[in-house]
Amino acid sequence: MATSNDRTRTTTLVVDDDRIIKTIHSKLLSKLGIENQVAANEKKAVDLHCSGKKFDLIVMDRDMPIMNGIEATRELRALGIRSIIVGVSTRSLEQEIQEFMDAGLDDYQEKPLTSSKVISILHKINHNS
Amino acid sequence: MEVVQMQRAWVEYTKSLFREFSYSFFGWMKGFLDAQFQQLQLLQDESNPDFVAEVVSLFFEDSERLLSDLTFALEQQSVDFKKVDAHVHQLKGSSSSIGAQRVKNDCIAFRSFCEEQNVEGCQRCLQQVKQDYSLVKSKLEALIRLEQQIVAAGGSIPMEELSF
Repeated sequence: MATSNDRTRTTTLVVDDDRIIKTIHSKLLSKLGIENQVAANEKKAVDLHCSGKKFDLIVMDRDMPIMNGIEATRELRALGIRSIIVGVSTRSLEQEIQEFMDAGLDDYQEKPLTSSKVISILHKINHNS
Repeated sequence: MEVVQMQRAWVEYTKSLFREFSYSFFGWMKGFLDAQFQQLQLLQDESNPDFVAEVVSLFFEDSERLLSDLTFALEQQSVDFKKVDAHVHQLKGSSSSIGAQRVKNDCIAFRSFCEEQNVEGCQRCLQQVKQDYSLVKSKLEALIRLEQQIVAAGGSIPMEELSF
């Protein structure tokens, strides 16, 4: 079970171009005591990592304008980023989810996230570490 | 109105937005809002008392832009269905983020007409989604107005009285 201390130490990057989702996800994580930063698109997320920033958890949207979440996940993995990456999208077709998973995700959740979905992600992180 | 009366009115009004009701031969109509809206209400606290109002106003801005883009796209001689589908996909995303489930369900039907490249079906869906959007907009505006009146009168929003 994640304690509030574990949560505070879990730094998170929310990557989404949808401002409604960004606002909701950021607030949800803060409310659960998880420090988080927002990147408005996948390019910014890659740039942040190139400049040396590191996060424990990355919440990656699938459909974004520049290279989309699938490409961005591949690029982050190619850079050697080993953070837990959770893909999010409103898509529910198995094939679409699998394509995203294959890019290097640790987990996939349908948008929008809820507190129970975030808690289940944290459980997985704590089991893996 | 007294604070207590306003709070009671708020509880009743909020519940009515989630309630399903029977509607002639169309069968059961879904409520205006689903559980996702409750999630948003639960995220609001003293540190951010206008959270729901902020998210709702982003939803209004984005939806109105998308609805006008959709109207334009469907008026063209040769309709670009890929573009229409992308707009509908976005509207489905923002309506599900806020829990506006009738709008979201309209978008699901809309996308299947898009896939069939059925202009007439798409236009019917656009009318339906516009109608459901303006309904949920006026409901949400009324709810937020009531919340503001309660807070202005020194009361708090009785979230705990919402048992579904």
